[in-house]
Amino acid sequence: MTSTPYAEPPPRPTVGRRLSTFFYRHSYVGLFLLLLVPIGWLLIGYGGSLFVLLLSSLWDTDPFTSEVVHTYNLDNFRRILEEDVYREVAWRTIKMAALVTIADAVLAFPIAYYMARVAAPRTRNLLVVAVLMPLWASYLVKAYAWRTILSGAGVINWALDPFGLSFDGYSSVGLWLVFTYLWLPFMILPVYAGLERIPTSLLEASADLGGRSLRTFFRVTVPLAFPAVVAGSIFTFSLTLGDYIAPDLITSQQFIGTVIYDQRGTNLPVAAAFTLVPIAVMVVYLIVAKRLKAFEAL
Amino acid sequence: MNDARKSWLRPAALAALLVALAFAAASCGGDDDESGGGDAASTEIAGLGTSLDEIKQKAREEGEVDLIQWPGYAQLTKEFKQQTGCTVKTKDGATSDDMVQLLTSGQYDGVSASGNASVRLMARGDVAPVNTDLIPNYADVQESIKNQDYNSRDGQPYGVPHGRGPNLLAWRTDAVTPAPDSWGAIWDTNTPYKGKISIYDDSIFIADAALYLKATKPDLGIDNPYQLNEEQFNASIDLLKGLAPNVGEWWADYAKQIQSYANKDVVIGTTWPYQVNTLTADKKPVKGIKPKEGTTGWSDTWMIYSKAKHPNCMYLWMDHMISPEAQALVAEGFGEAPVNLKACALTKNKNHCDQFHASDDSWWDDVYYWTTPTADCGGKGGTCKTQEDWVNAWTEIRG
Repeated sequence: MTSTPYAEPPPRPTVGRRLSTFFYRHSYVGLFLLLLVPIGWLLIGYGGSLFVLLLSSLWDTDPFTSEVVHTYNLDNFRRILEEDVYREVAWRTIKMAALVTIADAVLAFPIAYYMARVAAPRTRNLLVVAVLMPLWASYLVKAYAWRTILSGAGVINWALDPFGLSFDGYSSVGLWLVFTYLWLPFMILPVYAGLERIPTSLLEASADLGGRSLRTFFRVTVPLAFPAVVAGSIFTFSLTLGDYIAPDLITSQQFIGTVIYDQRGTNLPVAAAFTLVPIAVMVVYLIVAKRLKAFEAL
Repeated sequence: MNDARKSWLRPAALAALLVALAFAAASCGGDDDESGGGDAASTEIAGLGTSLDEIKQKAREEGEVDLIQWPGYAQLTKEFKQQTGCTVKTKDGATSDDMVQLLTSGQYDGVSASGNASVRLMARGDVAPVNTDLIPNYADVQESIKNQDYNSRDGQPYGVPHGRGPNLLAWRTDAVTPAPDSWGAIWDTNTPYKGKISIYDDSIFIADAALYLKATKPDLGIDNPYQLNEEQFNASIDLLKGLAPNVGEWWADYAKQIQSYANKDVVIGTTWPYQVNTLTADKKPVKGIKPKEGTTGWSDTWMIYSKAKHPNCMYLWMDHMISPEAQALVAEGFGEAPVNLKACALTKNKNHCDQFHASDDSWWDDVYYWTTPTADCGGKGGTCKTQEDWVNAWTEIRG
């Protein structure tokens, strides 16, 4: 450092200035640094954990201590394919996911339609808040609340009792209701967005060409909103596929999530191998969804 | 950058990444050979004081202890904090498997392990032998519970006994009549309580089936319900498969079971004294007994993680939990027998120790404490089904 504050020009460029020049000259470095964190997160945090999952599905466990033994074989996959229970559980879960998705689509469409096309802006805002509101409450609170609702001493049976009826809430039907409730907002929002995007001019054109409202609805609105329904179904389907808390609280049946949860402590490799089943199902689902142009509606 | 360079760069980068990941994965698994404990039991833990005074002093610096516990076990945590400076943080385990898994995550200092966790943890070297000279209250623990195979190895204690209790047959007195005295009430396939039975959701429950067969089918020659040969095991599984369709609810979460009994969604089943206590305190007509066939149960041990971050606080915690005051509270709260009989003078119900047979060793003769099934039948010779077989069978039973 020189002690002459009044040295002759040009003044030395500041560090910031030099850095900025450097990045200007080597623009790719800046781009690299900018992308380093998100790409690194994707590769290591996301891809890496998937890779470790795949790797651990090939491992074994000690039959006594349940410790993971790092030998590689395909026994876990053989077990999942050969033992009936895994196939039944997978099939049961996929069926549940499909039924929940259908129920949510049927419920969500009219609500979303009303919000997007009928309601006044003010009501619409209120409805959006109402749809989002359940998402602010803890998932566990909602699941336990449903346990109370579905209980033999719960409100459903209380209402049915005067008619001499009863409803076994802790069953697959009960679980279906709970899932349908839990994931409904995830269906309404994309469908609402999809319906809102349909230009009014198209509907008017349909009317001008003599299409009645029903015909317009089925020939114009529904096809245009369908990708949005598929987009919403990605959420409802995948969330059902992986959930383990609601099945555990509501039914005595096993689902993919509960089996993985139970096995993770005692046989981590089998749990890892079974995890690949919902992953595979979702990959197929997403490919189909892409074909149906759902990604453009997201 | 031209296209020719790009074309090899991408696969190369991908390959490098995969290699790096494979190395990371391999090194993750590398260290488990070293920790395999059991031999030359050294009670040394990195950072642990060598005298009680040093431990107390170092505990003040640690200021925290992280525990895995059965719900409701940790008592007098505020007082403990005042005396030692260690803030107590607890995490509830639902099953022993849960607890083993939590402990090996490395984030906890100790665990209140039942036998089916403790045996495995000792074999894995995940828990450390303890120097009981540094735990003054250990002298007051009943001798008959010290140095058992679920809390020690080769005469070296691994932790301090916590308490013991039976798994109970519990029922709603307004729904189940006459009052049962046998486990047959749940195992009978023609049970009138179909769909209203509540069963513990863990592979260890296979032992409850074996226990019932031990009493009802002596031909099978079942001695220890945790060490079963092929024939005994298959008979137990068959019994369980007969039970499965009648089960209304499989529980691991005690809160869930309490709710179900309270709402009468289940009326009979297997439970811990804790749930019975909670339900009766809430004026629900629930009663729990040890049936005539005997029962499974637990004798728990506070153990210290071999790589505990707060070993000094954990030593003080082990001493704290076998103090008469903490023992009295947990014995009454959870519904179990204390191991420190000095607690009997401090319980609110002065007859608690008698009611839970704290010093009546013969009452515990037909209570089979949870332990881990092993291939060598617990060292008795022969070939028995392993823990892994039990877990696999459980997945199948649950269907």
